[in-house]
Amino acid sequence: MRGAVRSFDLAEVTRRSFNQALHDAADGASFEVINPRGAHAVACGITADIDVVVRGSVGYYCAGMHQQGRVRVEGNASTGLAENIMSGEVHITGNATMSAGATGCGGLLVVGGNSGARCGISMKGVDIVVGGNVGHMSAFMAQAGNLVVCGDAAADLGDSIYEAQLFVRGDVESLGADCVEKEVRPEHLDTLGRLLAAAGAAAGGADPGDFRRYGSARRLYNFTIDDVDAAEAAARAAGGDHR
Amino acid sequence: MCGIVGLFCKTQTHRHELGRLTEVMLGEMGDRGPDSAGFAVYDAGAPDRTRITVLAEGLAVDWGPIAADLEAALAAEVTVRAVHDHAVFSTDGDGRAARQWLIDHVAGATVLAYGSQIELYKAVGYPDQVAERYDLASRTGTHALAHTRMATESAITTAGSHPFATGADTCLVHNGSLSNHNRLRRFLEAHGESFQTENDSEVAAGYLSWRIRSGDSISEALVGALDDLDGFYTFAIGVADGFAILRDPIACKPAVVAETDDWVAMSSEYRAIARLPGAADADIWEPEPARIYSWSLAA
Repeated sequence: MRGAVRSFDLAEVTRRSFNQALHDAADGASFEVINPRGAHAVACGITADIDVVVRGSVGYYCAGMHQQGRVRVEGNASTGLAENIMSGEVHITGNATMSAGATGCGGLLVVGGNSGARCGISMKGVDIVVGGNVGHMSAFMAQAGNLVVCGDAAADLGDSIYEAQLFVRGDVESLGADCVEKEVRPEHLDTLGRLLAAAGAAAGGADPGDFRRYGSARRLYNFTIDDVDAAEAAARAAGGDHR
Repeated sequence: MCGIVGLFCKTQTHRHELGRLTEVMLGEMGDRGPDSAGFAVYDAGAPDRTRITVLAEGLAVDWGPIAADLEAALAAEVTVRAVHDHAVFSTDGDGRAARQWLIDHVAGATVLAYGSQIELYKAVGYPDQVAERYDLASRTGTHALAHTRMATESAITTAGSHPFATGADTCLVHNGSLSNHNRLRRFLEAHGESFQTENDSEVAAGYLSWRIRSGDSISEALVGALDDLDGFYTFAIGVADGFAILRDPIACKPAVVAETDDWVAMSSEYRAIARLPGAADADIWEPEPARIYSWSLAA
């Protein structure tokens, strides 16, 4: 932490005034917030290079639209943790519920415990490291970035995935449509090593060599010739010409 | 959206303040649905007596003569007390028959619940106001469920508010919407259940009542619900000696559970749980989709 830490008690001040203080802060400022008691949208919309520590569990959309700074939550987080994160880091020590890191475009999200359903849904470049397990349909329609799961992944991992890379150390209950297991090459071990190191204690000393890699089979990218036939047949059935 | 909360006291420690704690939880969920609210409280009751909670919204009902008529119909003792626009009947006769008699004979009234342990209150309005009007805070007991509604599948009416109870001491609060409730309502009506609203959640309550009446445990009934109910749901269910939670297999509708040595609480959001004594040290988790969680006083 750099500079004096400004402390906010959400039992005393409004969440809005706290978030405004973060938005007004200059690079290098440090903040602490106590008594979040499950409040929504805590530390949302940070754009400066600041540090925020949240002591307690938060509600929906904590650290949403995050840029540059670092948010650390000592507790659990509900739906939409670090939704649409652009850069910087969001790190929680506990569990996250649904849709952690949804649509994230960059930066790093670390979940120390488990992450619920649809972790990394539509991720577009964010790196996510989960110390525990992820719920069903994680990385649904993922487009870019890395999802690293030190525990297990529930059903339909990577359904309709585009190009993100998924690494799972434990069991995968099932893979979603167009998601397949892929070879782990040296560059993937490098990526894993870098992300596990960045996650620190949350990764529990996991060895990059223990992970399996999953990604897109790229069968859903384009119309195949079969799709064209199907579309033409449908058009003919509808009385038109689809060519 | 809707907000649901449930609190189940495993030990005596918080039973004297069950209502107060439930009111705090419900109040925290007010943002999730300001249309109407309701709560069900389970207490020890009196052995061999059934209570029937009746709503007569907007009606000027003289409950005394109705109790006398019900007494004659049941050939059993009946007492009644009014609580604003609700009335709670108590009888040592056949509770299920009493429920049906009240449905059939009190025009415009809705029977909200019956059983030896349950009382159930609901009204249109903000949850704080509903809790205050029916004095939730003073109630004691073993477990309680409450709901604050954002109406989607049926109109904003008191009768369309949750919780829903159709079977003895069985009640349900629902966040979500069912898509096959009309067909299922017809099926259940053909199998002896009776419904008083067009609401989808009442059908879910009726479904569980039917399964339990057919001999299922609450857990067995919920296994059936996973197959037979189509739609989105997070349910919290109360029965005489227990409490259960079920989310649909997609699990879009939120739920969080916390447990200590003294209590189990569930809510749509953590902030309702954060207000409970001991919450900071509770085990907290998100219930998994399509998995039945239940707790019993007997256990």
